[in-house]
Amino acid sequence: MRYLPHTPEDVQYMLDAIGVESFDEVIAGIPEALRKFPLDGPERIGEPDLMRHYASMQTGGDVKSSFVGAGLYRHFVPSVVDTLIQRGEFLTAYTPYQPEVAQGTLQAVFEFQTIVAELFGMDIANASLYDGASGTAEAALMALRLGKKRNRLLLSEGLHPEYRQVVETYLGSVDSTVETISLKDGRVDQGQLADALGEDVAGVIVQSPNCLGIVEDLAELGAAIHKSSAKFITVCNSPAALALLKSHGECGADIAVGEGTGIGVPPQFGGPGVGLFAVKKEYLRQMPGRLCGQAVDADGNEGYVLTLSTREQHIRREKATSNICTNQGLMALAFTVHAALLGKTGIKELATQCAQRARYLEQALASKGIMRRHSGAPYVNEFIVELGDKVEDAVRLGVQRKIAVGFDLGRWNPNWQGGLMICVNELQSKGAMDELVSLLEEVVS
Amino acid sequence: MSVPDTLKYTKDHEWVREEAGLYVVGITHHAQEQLGDVVFAELPEVGDTITADESFGTVESVKAVSDLFAPMTGEVVEVNGALEDAPETVNSEPYEGGWMIKLKTDDTAQFDDLMSASDYSAHIA
Amino acid sequence: MTLWRSLKGRVGEAPLFEKGAPGRKGYVLPELDFEPMADLGLPDEILRKDDPMLPEVTEFEVVRHFTRLSQLNAAIDTMMYPLGSCTMKYNPRSCEKAARIGSFAYGHPLEPEEFHQANLRVMLELGNYLTKITGLDAVTLQPAAGAHGELCGLMMIRAALTARGDARKVVLVPDSAHGTNPATSALNGYQVKSIVSGPDGYVKAESVREAMNEDVACIMITNPNTLGIFETEIREICDIVHEGGGFVYMDGANLNALLGVAQPAGFGIDVMHINLHKTFSTPHGGGGPGAGPVACVAELEPFLPSPVVVGTPQEPRLDYDRPHSIGKLRSFHGNFGMVIRAHCFISEHGVEGLMRIGRDAILSANYLRARLKEFYKVAYETPSMHEVVFNDEKQKANGASTLDIAKRLIDFGFHPPTVYFPLVVPGALMVEPTETEPLEELNRFVVAMRAVDQEIQDSREDFKDAPRTAPARRFDEATAARKPRLRYYPKVTSAAEQ
Repeated sequence: MRYLPHTPEDVQYMLDAIGVESFDEVIAGIPEALRKFPLDGPERIGEPDLMRHYASMQTGGDVKSSFVGAGLYRHFVPSVVDTLIQRGEFLTAYTPYQPEVAQGTLQAVFEFQTIVAELFGMDIANASLYDGASGTAEAALMALRLGKKRNRLLLSEGLHPEYRQVVETYLGSVDSTVETISLKDGRVDQGQLADALGEDVAGVIVQSPNCLGIVEDLAELGAAIHKSSAKFITVCNSPAALALLKSHGECGADIAVGEGTGIGVPPQFGGPGVGLFAVKKEYLRQMPGRLCGQAVDADGNEGYVLTLSTREQHIRREKATSNICTNQGLMALAFTVHAALLGKTGIKELATQCAQRARYLEQALASKGIMRRHSGAPYVNEFIVELGDKVEDAVRLGVQRKIAVGFDLGRWNPNWQGGLMICVNELQSKGAMDELVSLLEEVVS
Repeated sequence: MSVPDTLKYTKDHEWVREEAGLYVVGITHHAQEQLGDVVFAELPEVGDTITADESFGTVESVKAVSDLFAPMTGEVVEVNGALEDAPETVNSEPYEGGWMIKLKTDDTAQFDDLMSASDYSAHIA
Repeated sequence: MTLWRSLKGRVGEAPLFEKGAPGRKGYVLPELDFEPMADLGLPDEILRKDDPMLPEVTEFEVVRHFTRLSQLNAAIDTMMYPLGSCTMKYNPRSCEKAARIGSFAYGHPLEPEEFHQANLRVMLELGNYLTKITGLDAVTLQPAAGAHGELCGLMMIRAALTARGDARKVVLVPDSAHGTNPATSALNGYQVKSIVSGPDGYVKAESVREAMNEDVACIMITNPNTLGIFETEIREICDIVHEGGGFVYMDGANLNALLGVAQPAGFGIDVMHINLHKTFSTPHGGGGPGAGPVACVAELEPFLPSPVVVGTPQEPRLDYDRPHSIGKLRSFHGNFGMVIRAHCFISEHGVEGLMRIGRDAILSANYLRARLKEFYKVAYETPSMHEVVFNDEKQKANGASTLDIAKRLIDFGFHPPTVYFPLVVPGALMVEPTETEPLEELNRFVVAMRAVDQEIQDSREDFKDAPRTAPARRFDEATAARKPRLRYYPKVTSAAEQ
């Protein structure tokens, strides 16, 4: 076995040093009855056969293009990102508990925190949470802690349905109520929000671009929400859009949550992603998750340490701000590397190019009579087309032709049936988009 | 170990000093030493009522958090704002600059029931 | 680890944000292959006016920056990393390669299932392997880490009790437990009742019997526990809790010790999480991502998070029709990227290899214990499993603490063990060598530990300001916490500095 070094001689040598005859004596603390069990499992497979097996299992290798986004976005990730995160010094280190020998991880985390704070226009970001959905749940819990006696949470209907489900699961045993603010013409119904706000509302959660791809007017919503002193929690799972749209901080967000997949991180069938979490500085001590801060060492040199750990479970135990222990370290590193490559202008340029391509596709579809739903509402690179009862047909035909045509919105909400949500990124060529247009035209005609 | 005779104490390592009809509260030299470098104190707000033997805040070092227990029931009339910028004062001057809150109470008998310096010294020995 | 001694008063590299020059780029976007629109039609009031403060750098500058940062790290690849409770074993690179194949890396969870049969199959198979290894009946792969698995398991227990019409309020947690156990209980709205470990380092069934009543929802018990000791009375403890109408949650953090040695189902537990990043060697990545699948008995199966993968390896599919499910804990299917790595690890080992892991890990730990026990006090006389907890009792007399020992080990080329945990052992030093460290490396560690002890005996005081050969010296963590500086701000340079 190539990973296990102990030879029979090594084993004997160790048994002698321990002073026992056999391994059974070493584990004498385990009652005899518990040591008998069947263990069956796979036969071992060598690397060449295993890799061939994995390659042969693939059923999507010949998929030509995918227009599915729906809360998890793909962008091209340059090869160098993977090269750097596979360096053993990053890949095989753990939580930087010993800062003297973990400055690489710590400085990268510090740079990640800075980039996330900058993208959201917020004061402070943490070292990452599991994903955008559990991050949203953590934000909801944080708003309840900050709101003391306030126990209502208002969730926009435009919050990603899976995020909403995760929030509801997390709040299952917390004394609170969750209410929905409906969308009207694809955006938060401001009248309904105004009616729902009150002195018992701890927080309002709004996603933008929302789960229909539409950009909300966060500044206006923020102003209304702050009048009631509820906390304004903003969510964004399209990280490129953060450089194009007015920042969450500028719009008055108290807590901003995001999903970083797309920047540095491929979809990986949904995870691992990287949960982005940023707050106003006055809420720092109620923030969940790890934080890295600057510190000075005994030689007087600037470096980095994990700090403010007293918020966390390993110290505060049942009174901690969260039970979270890990962060998404390696994914945060990938995000940081890719964001550094894109730099000051690249993230906005990326979002702009996706938006340009989306507009090409929108117009090409419109010219065939396939129209955008909520056509007056602003969007970046994901929009819905009306296909009536042909959505499933479109998806099926797409499977035959090896194209993921988009997301059937009826899967999320029966009221949204008839809509196919199409996401366009920088990798969709004109040719691929034209092919989608003719496929959809064929389905509706 | 400094345990001034002029103060009263709790078993949870708070001290109390009577001062112009108010009761000043802090943590003892022993407590700050056990805790290590104090980095943050979470204190109640002026106007809050605190209850004897219940937690009224926390004090944190780099790797520990400790509850602060109210020595007596009363209303908080002043909070040591200087600790926000200089929490290390709790280490350097636990009985002076490191005080935490001032309490007002009509039930002054509570003060007499607290531990004396010699009892507290025995308690931590 | 390379030594980049400080320039300009800093330990590491200049901040990323101070690198590059205006106009430099590290990216190229595809050419637009159609006539772009003059404007995107987005209203001005929703657009961002300022650019985020990111550097303008070439790809090469980025490579050098992060390569140099990496060289400031200790890692399993560079040195023995006996961080107790974290199972820092070798991370096979075949698993990394596997995770980058086709739809494993690039598949989108909302694309048609026809495109991603391989992913579903891997999920189904890993779930099956985990049921075989634990002996339990059903698995979810959704939790993103161990603590997330705990949350999942406790929610399932709550749901099962609610279904019985039995609202209970208390969770029993031994005092040696990870902090995540009480934190998770609190997040679930439970009160935590601490159980004092017995004098031999394991929980006495008698203590559980005393604490058990009709208000106790479950016990959370780690086995082997965080002291590296097998919970000898586990079977009886499970019986007591079950008789009292409660459930048993096992924290599977230390499952590595049990591979080929004992099976959790045999203990009588109901539900447990499995840390793929420990036992099945998905890389720790500087703090994550982890993955915390949860396995349970049939009684709890209806409450698993939705969806679950069902069917056969030839025809796997997702089942969303789960009316009793606790709901979703994470978007999509959890940290799938870790699932494929664990699948690869298990496949390469096969049953035969897996059966050896527990034995080898336990042997290594007990070997270190035998070779070090004269020099460092072993916290409990009870035999160790895969890790051994020492303390600083012997060294204290000469003015050295666990922290000093840990920091001095760095100068000898070792990552320190876990220190000051578990909390029940003052000055704990928790050593977990894992099965992948060769005997020669274990011997080097023994030599280093003895040398540190000798320095302390000789009062040479080298330990006082250790480490001295690492990229950084000890930090002033108190000041860092008093005046947190948590992000980079551009320096305002005064006229005098220019």
